[in-house]
Amino acid sequence: MSAVAPVAEPERQALPGLAGAQALGLTEDEYALIGQKLGREPNLVELAMFSLLWSEHCAYKHSRRLLATLPSAGERLVMGPGENAGAVDVGGGLAVAFKVESHNHPSAVEPFQGAATGVGGILRDVFAVGARPIAVLDSLRFGDPSSERSRYLLDRAVAGIGHYGNSIGVPTVGGEVYFEEPYEQNCLVNAMCIGLAPRERLIRSAAAGPGNVVVLLGASTGRDGIGGASVLASAELGEGDAAKRPSVQIGDPFAEKKLLECCLELLERGLLVALQDLGAAGLTSSAAEMASKGGVGVEIDVARVPLREPGMEPFEIMISESQERMLCVVAPRRLDEVLGLCARWETQATAIGTITDSGRFRVLSDGAVVGDVPIGALVDDCPLYDLSPRPPGAQVYPAPAARLTDADPGESLLALLSCPNLASRRPLFEQYDCLVGSRTVCRPEQADAAVLRLPAREDAPRPAIATSIDCNGRRVACDPRSGTREAVLECAANLACVGAEPLGLTNCLNFGNPEKALVAWQLTEAVGGLGEACRALGIPVVGGNVSLYNEAGEGPIYPTPVVGMVGELPDAARAGGLAFARAGDGIALVGPFAPALAASELARLRGEALPGGLPAAEVAAVVAAQAAVRAAVRAGVVTSAHDVAEGGLAVALAECCLAGGVGAQVSLAGRPGGGPDEALFGEGPGGFVLSGPDDALRALAAGATPVAIIGRVGGERLRIEHEGEEVVDLAVGRLAEAHRTLEALFS
Amino acid sequence: MRFGVVRFPGSCDEVDAQLAASRVGEAVLLWHAERDLGRIDVVVVPGGFSYGDYLRPGAIARFAPVMDAIAEFARAGGPVLGICNGFQVLCEAGMLPGALLPNRGLRFVCRQPGVRVESTASPFTAALAVGERLSIPVKHTTGCYWAPEHQLDRLEAENRVVLRYCPGQNPNGSMRDIAGVCNEAGNVMGLMPHPEHAVDQLTGSADGLRLFESVAQALAPVAA
Amino acid sequence: MKARVLVRPKSGILDPQGQAVQRALPALGFTDVHEVRVGRLIELELDDPTRLDEMCERLLTNPLVEDYEVLLEEGARR
Repeated sequence: MSAVAPVAEPERQALPGLAGAQALGLTEDEYALIGQKLGREPNLVELAMFSLLWSEHCAYKHSRRLLATLPSAGERLVMGPGENAGAVDVGGGLAVAFKVESHNHPSAVEPFQGAATGVGGILRDVFAVGARPIAVLDSLRFGDPSSERSRYLLDRAVAGIGHYGNSIGVPTVGGEVYFEEPYEQNCLVNAMCIGLAPRERLIRSAAAGPGNVVVLLGASTGRDGIGGASVLASAELGEGDAAKRPSVQIGDPFAEKKLLECCLELLERGLLVALQDLGAAGLTSSAAEMASKGGVGVEIDVARVPLREPGMEPFEIMISESQERMLCVVAPRRLDEVLGLCARWETQATAIGTITDSGRFRVLSDGAVVGDVPIGALVDDCPLYDLSPRPPGAQVYPAPAARLTDADPGESLLALLSCPNLASRRPLFEQYDCLVGSRTVCRPEQADAAVLRLPAREDAPRPAIATSIDCNGRRVACDPRSGTREAVLECAANLACVGAEPLGLTNCLNFGNPEKALVAWQLTEAVGGLGEACRALGIPVVGGNVSLYNEAGEGPIYPTPVVGMVGELPDAARAGGLAFARAGDGIALVGPFAPALAASELARLRGEALPGGLPAAEVAAVVAAQAAVRAAVRAGVVTSAHDVAEGGLAVALAECCLAGGVGAQVSLAGRPGGGPDEALFGEGPGGFVLSGPDDALRALAAGATPVAIIGRVGGERLRIEHEGEEVVDLAVGRLAEAHRTLEALFS
Repeated sequence: MRFGVVRFPGSCDEVDAQLAASRVGEAVLLWHAERDLGRIDVVVVPGGFSYGDYLRPGAIARFAPVMDAIAEFARAGGPVLGICNGFQVLCEAGMLPGALLPNRGLRFVCRQPGVRVESTASPFTAALAVGERLSIPVKHTTGCYWAPEHQLDRLEAENRVVLRYCPGQNPNGSMRDIAGVCNEAGNVMGLMPHPEHAVDQLTGSADGLRLFESVAQALAPVAA
Repeated sequence: MKARVLVRPKSGILDPQGQAVQRALPALGFTDVHEVRVGRLIELELDDPTRLDEMCERLLTNPLVEDYEVLLEEGARR
């Protein structure tokens, strides 16, 4: 502990005291604890640093104990939770790094820049571990598009994602978007990035070697996002959001493109000891985390940090969230080489400090100490809070607005295909470059998962990875445990349809205020379901992100544990598409599918109340069905594979017809007592629609997985019989017209 | 046969172009600050967002040192292919006529339109047949080809409209559905579609490879 | 001294941005707008304004499709 308090900065400024701490979002107890750790009262610089590192965003103080229950080991795991991104081995000496992160509150304030910088941030997380970003996926939630604000947020967020990803040359290969009233005031913008690297080139962020130089790379530092981490990322949104606009970060994909190429070349040449991106809480968080992981200390002189604005205070420099910056540790003898390479890439690089053996984070300003705190106190000593979960007595979310009454099955099918949650995403994904990098084998709406080829190797001429991102928040709201399990199973089902086996999972837990008993319960149940499903699939959680306090006046959002999964397949040429392609092919319904209308998309259109629970899925049987589908796709014996999700079997069949531009005749038997609506539009995990030669489909039934041949591909109409009675007869052109409704939002 | 693919800060498709070219020959990257191309038979100015597309797409890149060498290479008859951002750069540099304006829909568009071969006057299409239909993706925000009417008439008369989007598939509102044009001598060609992203059926189409094969074939006697 | 260069699409050149703005205004109740052209503003701080036209013609604009107008701070001469 330092005996002498550092110069209060600036000297004329009084110590901020408890009132200052509370203004920065710390509690009275936390403030007292900081004083105890320091042996004195903190000055403004120190308090600002603590307030950010002890925020939910950095310290996970309400979620860390829960997250510790998730499985994080696996034989293919290369890098687990705690690094900038997790990574799994994909063979051939290669590793795939991936992570999903939220940028919800910044996007609610300024959707274009919020979404753009969300992409920029997750890209940095991935190249910080030394992997070249090869794909982005996004997961978006807005209110109903009938509201002008939701349309504006959607339009600008999509434009922002495209702007950043397209400009930096990383393809956006997949994603999902849902429109539900509880996201009206609190939209969600989650972005996932996947990177590829030779396994031995992955780098960790632990700083090492006292005497080594700390070099700041990239953009100059401005007042962007000052208070961003504590204000924007952790406080409930409410009145006065417009006034927060000045602290929004502005993305510069050109700067990041140069930074990306520069960092990868620095790593390729072995010039760096450690690398870390600057995200929330800027320099404070990245330098503290690097030092903490390496068990060392760090000294940073804020006077050396290149500034974009005059007159910035030391505390502002320490917490600025200016984008497109990275921090690296360099051995002194390598410094000139590093600076030279950065100059070639037109990337600013400045030595701003050194690694020490003090275990302390010392902030200097022109040599004078303006802050001095133990690294351990900053990084490890944030108090963790137990949640006080309590299940609600009754469903707390109001029933959705009714949009459909007295519809026959044909009308219901058209209503479902045209509803914003199920309509074609083409107007969105056409705004994204899905091709750059020459790896994209399956593009959006061609298959259930995106497929990216990897370099050929001896034992596999066309190896590939597949990826998918998913979460149906409304079903999680009905039953956080089952709903989260379903989200994981849905991702794995998407992978199975292209023949891929899951390797690992990342997640972004978007929830409301965890200090509320309801949200605490949702979070606890969801994390429980997440762990169960991962164990059933035998995959680790390689890392993730938590976004809490997603609330506005009307209460919390639907609990939305977004799940991103990466899997592998041996032969990209056999990656299944979802399209019916050959007239005469048989159509099979595969898997332990038990459709139920409660909590379905059709129930939503009808304005039915959310049930207080979902039927428990037979997880083992679902996983077995996925294995059977995966095996059939890998063997190349089926023409198409598509999983049954929102909208049930009829919508899945329609999607297969639409993708292939061909019709189908299907005959369904229902559950005794269940009407055609349940058979056609009921939802639940474990169902797949496969097409192919009859004998190949029948061969699927060799295992324990249920298989029923329900129809045949052909013609120009989708006709569905239920219990011998024709209930749907629609031209594929009519289905396509219904499916195109989102186009109107972007014209 | 040696291709040189330019790398500007902000280029995105240069490695893909290098991979595509390396299917028919050798391919190396040319750093934007170099003034000497070295021994090169074909230059590709690739897609991406050179200099962030700031100011106007291609406006800053055209002044990169490497562009002087490329202009000289083109004057000597060397084949130059500008793809997407590369097309914009060549137009800004005055090596091709016309300009690329923002898409009529104002949005970035990534799509796989049909493209019809209109002329074999360029070495990049010399081995193709007029009327052939190719499936090559586009992905851009500023791809609406524009030139004054009289210049368009002249381009058509001189057989310099090399590629056109198939009817009803124009993704950006370009005049007369033009997707690619060449200079008077035919050796400099620019196009908005990305042939380097259509070199393998596995990733959607192999039609773009034909352009690389064509230039390789056109130069074969010289290079051999 | 300060100089401003206003760049706008030449008349007759398609201006989809201008059209989009023009279409959006009536929806907000601004019904008496007859034409909108969207261009851009470049602000320069410089000592010698005599070469501004050359700057505009070589880099700041594409003379084929854009017009420009140079505004100098009061009292300055080009």
